Amino acid sequence: MDSLMGVINLDHEYDFLNELTYFRCGAAVPFAGRYRLIDFTLSNMVKSNIQEVAIFTRNKYRSLMDHLGTGASWELDRRHGGLFVLPPDWNDPTDISKGDLRHFHNNRDFFNRGKADYVLISGSQFISNNEYQEAFQQHLEIEADITLITTEIDSLQKEHESCLRVEANADGQVTDITNDKHNHHVFTGIYILSKELLLNLVDECIAHHHGHFFFHGIKENVNRLKVQCFEHKGYTAFVNSVESYYRHNMNLLYEENCKALFNQDHRIRTKVSNEPPTKFREQTMVTQSLLANGCVIDGNVEHSVLFRGVHVQKGATIKNSVIMQRCTIESGAYLENVILDKDVHITAGQTFIGAKEMPYVIAKRKTI
Amino acid sequence: MKKECIGMLLAGGEGKRLGLLTKNVAKPAVHFGGKYRIIDFTLSNCTNSGIHTVGVLTQYAPLVLNKHIGIGKPWDLDRQQDGVSILSPYTAQEGVSWYKGTADAIYKNIHYIEQYDPEHILVISGDHIYQMNYKILLDHHIKTEADATISVMEVPIDEASRFGILNTSDDLRIYEFEEKPQNPKSNLASMGIYIFNWKKLKSYLLQDAELPDSSHDFGKDIIPAMLADSHRLFAYRFDGYWKDVGTIQSYWEANMDLLDEDLSLSLNNKNWRTYSHDSNYSPQFIDKDANVNRSLINSGCWISGTVEHSILFENVTVRHDSFVRESILHPHVKVGNHVILEKVIVVEGTEIPDHTVIRSEANQEPLIVSKENLGSLLTI
Repeated sequence: MDSLMGVINLDHEYDFLNELTYFRCGAAVPFAGRYRLIDFTLSNMVKSNIQEVAIFTRNKYRSLMDHLGTGASWELDRRHGGLFVLPPDWNDPTDISKGDLRHFHNNRDFFNRGKADYVLISGSQFISNNEYQEAFQQHLEIEADITLITTEIDSLQKEHESCLRVEANADGQVTDITNDKHNHHVFTGIYILSKELLLNLVDECIAHHHGHFFFHGIKENVNRLKVQCFEHKGYTAFVNSVESYYRHNMNLLYEENCKALFNQDHRIRTKVSNEPPTKFREQTMVTQSLLANGCVIDGNVEHSVLFRGVHVQKGATIKNSVIMQRCTIESGAYLENVILDKDVHITAGQTFIGAKEMPYVIAKRKTI
Repeated sequence: MKKECIGMLLAGGEGKRLGLLTKNVAKPAVHFGGKYRIIDFTLSNCTNSGIHTVGVLTQYAPLVLNKHIGIGKPWDLDRQQDGVSILSPYTAQEGVSWYKGTADAIYKNIHYIEQYDPEHILVISGDHIYQMNYKILLDHHIKTEADATISVMEVPIDEASRFGILNTSDDLRIYEFEEKPQNPKSNLASMGIYIFNWKKLKSYLLQDAELPDSSHDFGKDIIPAMLADSHRLFAYRFDGYWKDVGTIQSYWEANMDLLDEDLSLSLNNKNWRTYSHDSNYSPQFIDKDANVNRSLINSGCWISGTVEHSILFENVTVRHDSFVRESILHPHVKVGNHVILEKVIVVEGTEIPDHTVIRSEANQEPLIVSKENLGSLLTI
């Protein structure tokens, strides 16, 4: 049976979340109460029966490696295959590759040793509860060279501006990949191709001193290759700026969105940290919020996302905010439209109000 | 591999008095505290106390319990040389027999214990809720040069007749053990936590196994026999929270105790974590009209109604205009719209239809609601 191996290529995802990505890569940024961005892609891969996954990472990968560990949380701690986190430790003196081609070139062993004949490549910014087998079956049936996973966006937002758009004919064959801002047919950054074609295109790109695999290997060859699209339906989010990060956390506070992302046949997996159930004390007011385990709530929380182990003391108020792991909000503090990174301590009586369009971000481990 | 002390965890009990809660699972595997099973507390105590060799003795309805323990991963007891071992009754050349009592269960696993050639052996049971550092108990046992040390707690003297009571001299040396005495002479109750000198215990287990009339029980047979031979048995005083969740009433009370602000047992204590499985559900969703007070809520819950003074396990739904009070909802329970639940325990996977009202009488023990008896409890 034909099967897939996975690559999560983080090479183009630099520092896109300001303070939140000062000390970690975007893939490791906490999202939706208990996850990190990469959990969605990784869980989708595992759900699609992908047993060999490589993560191409360039920098700030300490927290990512801590999060992924052996891959056990995704059942990727396998005797054969499993998870390979591949940092950029390249020492081949004859290496002439550039850009993200260096990852592909220097990790040929991953592809050659892998059992699967096909590769699914993705980034970490596309959030969905998805399954790739159907796209893969279509890829095999119509004998495509490349299958791009796309999605139709009804109302285009700022976050889609940096996404490529796909032009296709009635059969779904891709005729062009563009930056056309008015095209609603958006490329998710996820694509499937055979291992053999991948390695050939890698060689070609290197031979021509190209430095961007997708642009030069695929986008520029759209007319030469049989490129097909497969449309993903269901809840989607692109997290590629502080604005979209905040908005998509807030969107999950509506039951239909939250159910669309989480209440599917398969759960999004993440690293488990063994926190106790969240404790609500007497006379708390919590409404329209997403709360992870380990929180102790003694104050008011409205329309907010609280990560694991957040303590909200008596008389404190949190509104329209994202509060990450182990933050403490002392009594009488007032937070509105803010994002607190991990381990922030807000002392008694402090007030922080950000703008809805531009939430106020407080960096990791600050005491204010 | 030589070990100073290994743990033997008795987890074969049926827990008859828990009724429907132990219909399909052994008492140690009963859900507790919003996320845990009862045995998690003792297993976590073992790993937090540095006891990395634990034999778990199972007998009654072991499927869920065995699956829960697995290779011991949540407790860091998945180890190469030792770790957790599930010890179920087995057939041998001498024939087949079930564990006939607590002492018999240990006796039948002497070969397991001897692999580690331990100096001391900790015998605990998997149906108590408490957080205790067994290392301190062991140090006390070594310091007093005891042959056996029994952990005790002070109980009100008028309740002492419900417990196994230890009568001691001033230095806590035990001279008499009385099971549920009518006129108790002391208020030191045994907690069912023992440390023995292994060589001594082994000789008593071998003796006891030969006695046809023995009930093969630590409290009834082994301890009295050791006292009769004037061995050094000491009590160790424990003053933390400890609860035997033997009845539906005490099970409910112990759960409600977790909502108490001043409880010495804390699930949030970072230095003494209670470990369990986590099924990776999404964070809990608290809706616009929800009202949650004085409760423990686990991940995967969807709350649109009112929850007060209650404990909700993973993936529980409480729909609009429903009211849940002083109740325990086990995993995957679905509560419809306009439902009232007061002081009830709803078992795993039960769906409560819209407009249902189920209340327990104020001074009665809580009702247990399951798929089987739901029909007979409905008052619409």
